Amino acid sequence: MQLALFIVFGALALGGALNLLLQRHPIHSALSLVVVMMSLAVLYWSLGAEFLAAAQVIVYSGAIMVLFVFVIMLLNAGKEEHTQGSRVAYSVGFPGAAAIFCLLSFVFLSERGALQSSNIGGDLSSAVDNIAQVSATLFTRQLLPFEVTSILILVAIVGAVVLARREQ
Amino acid sequence: MVPTAYYLILAAMLFSIGIAAFLIKRNVITIFISIELMLNAVNLTFVAFAHMWHQVSGQIFVFFVMVVAAAEAAVGLAIILSIFRTRQTLNVDEIDLMKS
Amino acid sequence: MNPMPWSATFFIPLLPFAGFLINGTLGRRLPRVVVSTVALLFTALPAALVAWLWKTMCATGAPSSVESTIHPSGFDWINITGLHIDFAFAVDHLTLIMLAVVTGVGFIIHIYSVGYMAHEEGYWRFFAYLNLFMFFMSLLVLAANFLLLFVGWEGVGLCSYLLIGFYFKKYSAASAGKKAFIVNRIGDFGFLLAMFLLIVHFGSLDFKEIFSILAQNPEWQQQGAHFLPTIALLLLLGAAGKSAQIPLYIWLPDAMEGPTPVSALIHAATMVTAGVYMVARCHPLFNSSPLALTVVALVGAATAIFAASIGMVQHDIKRVLAYSTISQLGYMFLACGVGAYAAGIFHLLTHSFFKALLFLAAGSVIHALHGQQDMRWMGGLRTRTPLTFWTMSAGVFAIAGIPPFAGFFSKDEILYRTFTSPNPLHIVLWLVGLLTAGMTSFYMFRLWFKTFFGEPRFDESASLDLHGAAVHARSSSTLTLEADDQGGTMHSVHESSWIMLLPLVLLAILSVAGGWVGIPAALGGNNQIEHFLDPVFANGTAGEGIAAMTGHGLELVLAVISVLVALVGFYIAYVFYYEKPGTAAALAERNKAAYSLVKNKYWVDELYGAFLITPMLMFTRISELIVDHGLVDGSGAAAGATTRGLAWLTRKQISGNIRSYAGWLAIGAAAVIALMIFGNVLKGPL
Repeated sequence: MQLALFIVFGALALGGALNLLLQRHPIHSALSLVVVMMSLAVLYWSLGAEFLAAAQVIVYSGAIMVLFVFVIMLLNAGKEEHTQGSRVAYSVGFPGAAAIFCLLSFVFLSERGALQSSNIGGDLSSAVDNIAQVSATLFTRQLLPFEVTSILILVAIVGAVVLARREQ
Repeated sequence: MVPTAYYLILAAMLFSIGIAAFLIKRNVITIFISIELMLNAVNLTFVAFAHMWHQVSGQIFVFFVMVVAAAEAAVGLAIILSIFRTRQTLNVDEIDLMKS
Repeated sequence: MNPMPWSATFFIPLLPFAGFLINGTLGRRLPRVVVSTVALLFTALPAALVAWLWKTMCATGAPSSVESTIHPSGFDWINITGLHIDFAFAVDHLTLIMLAVVTGVGFIIHIYSVGYMAHEEGYWRFFAYLNLFMFFMSLLVLAANFLLLFVGWEGVGLCSYLLIGFYFKKYSAASAGKKAFIVNRIGDFGFLLAMFLLIVHFGSLDFKEIFSILAQNPEWQQQGAHFLPTIALLLLLGAAGKSAQIPLYIWLPDAMEGPTPVSALIHAATMVTAGVYMVARCHPLFNSSPLALTVVALVGAATAIFAASIGMVQHDIKRVLAYSTISQLGYMFLACGVGAYAAGIFHLLTHSFFKALLFLAAGSVIHALHGQQDMRWMGGLRTRTPLTFWTMSAGVFAIAGIPPFAGFFSKDEILYRTFTSPNPLHIVLWLVGLLTAGMTSFYMFRLWFKTFFGEPRFDESASLDLHGAAVHARSSSTLTLEADDQGGTMHSVHESSWIMLLPLVLLAILSVAGGWVGIPAALGGNNQIEHFLDPVFANGTAGEGIAAMTGHGLELVLAVISVLVALVGFYIAYVFYYEKPGTAAALAERNKAAYSLVKNKYWVDELYGAFLITPMLMFTRISELIVDHGLVDGSGAAAGATTRGLAWLTRKQISGNIRSYAGWLAIGAAAVIALMIFGNVLKGPL
């Protein structure tokens, strides 16, 4: 059953990504990204990261993508025109992207044995559930990064306000 | 019983599609969106490995990536707003002030 | 008197060097009196040291050649596997004679220069260079190994260049200095090759070691080893360059551009004798190769007669003396070539006296005539400058070989030894030497008559504007062309000052009496100088055996013949230039071709120019184009162009277009990932 879950939502994620690539209007791309994120949330859940699945839905697709949609609509971004782009990007970039993909899959496939298989659901340590485990580590061992990220968010808020202000 | 490698290959595919989108698209916001796609692919990789090693630190890292992605999206979009205000265009090819 | 500590010998070269440093660095700002005092002091002290050294050596007994070497304590000069060279001095009787000449005659000429150069600019420079020259020459003479000798050798060549080109603003002087140095270098090339061969075959450059190895291996000479004549001939090449023998004599006539004291010291008494000294010092090497000895004798004889023939038709008084120097040096080489090294050194000694005297007196004449050097415009100076006349006459008689003056004994000794040498060519060589003696007598008396006798022709030169040219030549350091207002007539010709006359008198005395140390047994003396040098040349004189056999009768006959030849030369000069002054000109008219050939120095300079220098200049021009402009400039330009091209390529990438940046990022990331995956393969055997 996990396989079916993986295939369905994996295909959904892939389809959303390709749609992002092929659509001309940015709003369509943004909404396709939302689809990708939702399917990824399901995949996280199947890998035993329930907290992250929830966070993905709430934070990523619920907040960040909404922000993107807001800005798209604010700026009234329209369809993309066909302008002459950079030849370098096509001639050098595509082989680069293809190369990255091929290299990574080569590594993953050749190490298939070492990578083993996944079990659906909590396999981390059956006594404690995922969110308890995450918070236990987050507030003890990773406390400093946690606090620093809060300052980071503060900085980001201030920066966003300053940058987006109208000139007076 | 899905082999972990499948998750990883899926993530690699999403990552390369993100790069391709970055290279093809002309709208600044769409390019930003493709960056988010790449980040998500990386998140998937982390979670898969966290599951494989039975460690939770992989998931912690995903947590932090999300936080940073949020901050980055906020600031980046603010920058795009101010660029739009001055240049009146969202076409990335026309934003080339750094040309030498 | 206390014996001299050996270590004091180091002051003999060091004192003049100190004088050079003082005059060279501070001399510009010092008053002339101080400059000349410093120079004279630092030349007189070494002379005194040499006298002390002489006394010490005579008292303690003569060491055999190069046995007493003096090392500075703890100073290792070159010490590598296979070669050990010390900064060492060696003193034997040969060194003593050379040192006496260098410091003694040097000191006398220094005194003269104080007067001669009194009005020249660059006074301090002159004395600084002279002191430097004394340093190098002393080093050359005292050296105990070839390398130290070579240091002195090169150094005197340098000083010669500096002093010939003393009036450096004059183009002919500067190019004469260049010519001297370059021709010297060609000789030095031979010297260097000889040194290399010595290292290869003997493993050392020390005189004592080389000569003892040579003595221990008589089979080398018997088997006719090739390297021995090669080394000797290469050394001869070096000596030919320094001592102006064929084919490297061409620099010496041009060197007369330098001030007259320079010509006297360097190009008559000391530097040019360095070649003869070196051949004498290396006599075991030369004796081991009869071929080399014959070549030495032939070169000496040929040079002697060749130079004498040119000297007969020169008009410049200094040129005559220059060719005469070359000719007399040829005699010294002839002496060495027949194995009579002591005779050669004896002639070196007497020649330094009378040649220095002749040059200094000529300088006095030129000084009196306000710079006129052309003998055609001289004459009648006997009454106007009497002391110069008498002293120069002593020199002229000495060089012509009239007894009892100095030159007679030394020249006669050489001719006698040539005649009695076992060399198959001895008769030819003797005839050449005899003929040259006649020619020498002729051209020296020609000079004598033209300068001091007859009607004064100096006044005519003023009207022909040659006088202006003479003034130009005299004060050529400042290149002023203004005519000398108060000169121009015989009334203004006067004797030189006492400071210039005193050296002339000293040298005249030496020219008269200097030969008396070598009166041969045949004429009643006991040939002191030969016996003095016996420890040095004990195994060297090849002609001694025959000399003892033939006895005194032959020697007397030969002496009489050479005196007769000298007197014939005197008579011919008397007829040509005193009794019937037009004879020479008429003779020249009738044999125009021969006269022109000799007058133009057999066109040797022009031949060298056409066959050697022009091709070399063409070659340098070609290589300048190919190597200099093509390779050197080209590679520089190519480096620049490459950088510019690469920069242009790189700059094109900074387009400001984000997508192109992203493209490069992607490919870069792929490369990094590939390196991470497959990098371990590259580490391989590490």
